Amino acid sequence: MTEDDRFQRMIRSQKFLDRIPHMSALGVQLEDFDVGRVTVRLPYRADIVGNPDTGVLAGGAISALLDNACGSSVVARVAKPNAFATLDLRIDYMRPAEPGRDVLAFAECYKVTRLIAFVRGYAYHDDPAKPIANAAATFMFTGRGELPQAKAAP
Amino acid sequence: MSFRDTFERMKRTGDFSGLQEAVPYARFMGISIAEQEGRLVTAMAYAETLIGNTALPALHGGTIAALLELAALFQIAYEIDTPAMPKTITITIDYMRSGAARDTFARARATRIGRRVANVRAEAWQDDPDRPIAAANVNFLLA
Repeated sequence: MTEDDRFQRMIRSQKFLDRIPHMSALGVQLEDFDVGRVTVRLPYRADIVGNPDTGVLAGGAISALLDNACGSSVVARVAKPNAFATLDLRIDYMRPAEPGRDVLAFAECYKVTRLIAFVRGYAYHDDPAKPIANAAATFMFTGRGELPQAKAAP
Repeated sequence: MSFRDTFERMKRTGDFSGLQEAVPYARFMGISIAEQEGRLVTAMAYAETLIGNTALPALHGGTIAALLELAALFQIAYEIDTPAMPKTITITIDYMRSGAARDTFARARATRIGRRVANVRAEAWQDDPDRPIAAANVNFLLA
């Protein structure tokens, strides 16, 4: 197996999230992975509740989940250990998460230029048509060299 | 007692030490509030669980987003009296520098407080308040 293959395999596995301490602290799980598209799950837990009156998860935890999903979709698109930094992230909250329910986040890296990656995503419970939050993010590549495109899922 | 009432009491007494007891997520993130010259400073105590990139190391961008949002929320809840906590409608974060593995601080300023909506600007820094690592615009729906 080449180093590229090993990297491809790693980013498609839970190991990729487990290497990120804040994601591992939140217990985030990889749900789905394809070229430029990632879905992750934040299991409901009482210790990340933001509103003690209602039991609703903190917006910050959902922001972190979306931020990570957006970054992961860039990795899923370029499929190389290419360093990049978040330039900006916008999140619109449409409705509160429901207490007791997991939150999923989908992100899609829909455009990559030499320096910038453009991403959109959303968070939901089980129906993407009923989003909890919407995200738009841009990332800047800080490494050098050509950007290879990801291989299609086997 | 609702969290809004708890927060009102903290405002009145100037003692915000009960925040982590009242809000599970504040405890999870190591978030605390201090009052400085009529403004709040929200702090996020460094912990390994806040890291996003172990190679650098750097704080997870999401933790900085969370800190900025909370700083904006606390500042607006500090400045106005409403029966319920304001709700975030949108947050836009600009990342200027990567966050080092150390304590991070944020403060916010309401740029406009309307009847229904408040616009708040928040900044996060580590060593120097004049060298922010990230800034955010947050729009809140006031109950």
